[in-house]
Amino acid sequence: MSTLFEEVRPSDGGAGDAVPVRRVELTVNGERRAADVEPRLLLAHLLRNGFRLTGTHTGCDTTNCGACTVLYDGVPVKSCTMFAVQADGHEVLTVEGLATASELHPIQEGFKDEHGLQCGFCTPGMMLAAKALLEEKPNPSEDEIRWALSGNLCRCTGYQNIVKAVMWAAEKLGANVESDGADDAGDDAGGEG
Amino acid sequence: MYPSRFRYEAPSTVAEAVAMLAAADGEAKILAGGQSLIPMMKLRFAAPAMIVDINGIGGLDYHRSDPDGTYRIGALCRHADLEKSAALADAQPTIAAAAPVVADPLVRTRGTLVGSVCHADPQGDWASVMVSLEGAIVAQGPNGRRSIQVADLIDGPFQTVLAPDEIAVEAVIPAARGARAGGYLKLERRVGDFATVGVAVSVEMSGGSVARAGIGLTAVGPATINASDAAAALVGTALDSDAVDAAAQLAAEAAQPRSDHRGSADYKRHVVATFVRRIGAQIQRSEQEAA
Repeated sequence: MSTLFEEVRPSDGGAGDAVPVRRVELTVNGERRAADVEPRLLLAHLLRNGFRLTGTHTGCDTTNCGACTVLYDGVPVKSCTMFAVQADGHEVLTVEGLATASELHPIQEGFKDEHGLQCGFCTPGMMLAAKALLEEKPNPSEDEIRWALSGNLCRCTGYQNIVKAVMWAAEKLGANVESDGADDAGDDAGGEG
Repeated sequence: MYPSRFRYEAPSTVAEAVAMLAAADGEAKILAGGQSLIPMMKLRFAAPAMIVDINGIGGLDYHRSDPDGTYRIGALCRHADLEKSAALADAQPTIAAAAPVVADPLVRTRGTLVGSVCHADPQGDWASVMVSLEGAIVAQGPNGRRSIQVADLIDGPFQTVLAPDEIAVEAVIPAARGARAGGYLKLERRVGDFATVGVAVSVEMSGGSVARAGIGLTAVGPATINASDAAAALVGTALDSDAVDAAAQLAAEAAQPRSDHRGSADYKRHVVATFVRRIGAQIQRSEQEAA
């Protein structure tokens, strides 16, 4: 397996100046992945450059904007503020893991239906923060949604429709739960991810 | 942005971590939540030669009350754990008030109270809260453990008296001499910004009067400020408006704010006094409701 982080390896490193790498094994969107990483590689960079999961965006790169939000063992974190080595043995969910091959996740549908995105840059982070919220509180109030998303910035300032999108998703997920067993839809919307 | 190169160690016990720190000759940093350390490393304000990641050490993620009322918060207890705890809301009202306003919800899932106190950022919320509660940090080093009052721990901006081979393993809040009350108010321009002003007030009420009081001030000086004169003005009173006014005045005088883009020094002093009055009024209201 190739070593990630080659792009910042000093070109003048002598032969004896080997870059120390560590093997990390993690589950990304339900799939087992492994990589050899330099400890200073950020989780966001492993996902984007290593695994080519470019749905995780790096916006501010200074722990402010939340565009790089992923779920780490189900908990929303800023992947630009964790080292990739910290993901060894853990589970990561990125925006690519939301939809199935044939169906959008209800949160994605909500963003589509309620025009919850304009430029779309903050959207992956918004959706993953929303997913964590809805798993904890399936019927959040508007205030609770705004509170839960307050670490995610939208430079288009499209917050109104983002909140509506999450409310839409909460309703859809609630309806799915109610209809579970009543019909055989059998989709896994709102599942563990 | 990439941090400088470092050696990464992930010990599984505190003793192992202490040994690694001792061997690193002052060039190591401990990684707990990393929500201040990693941004500083990315900006190259910090460039430790070694990172000792303590996240794999079991049994440090607790917060609990001892039978005698002493409250303990482990080094891996996240802000979000404190924010979401119903038990804590009853036992530690000042901590419960501060937890939801630390940074933003995403930072709160990773960051830790103990790490924040040891980071000693003058704009950090937890050090003020801990100072108001006469809290201490327990540090483990090669020669065992010692307890350091948070008011003595911080000796300057981003500076503590911790030795390079010591790890802060828990925060300890002594048992109350009465019924606990308190609050934390913070002015920030937006969620996640550093505090313009933060004020922590903690009191212990016994027989209708204040048995103990503490006031800590965030972001209005080169380090967390222990407004002990202001707190002393509350002790022995019934927390009446006159006493709270006097404390508010003394707290504003204890503040050493600087004028900057977040506000003028006078404005920040005014906010300190206002926050002391507001928390005082909140406590009075809840005492009346309870009575």
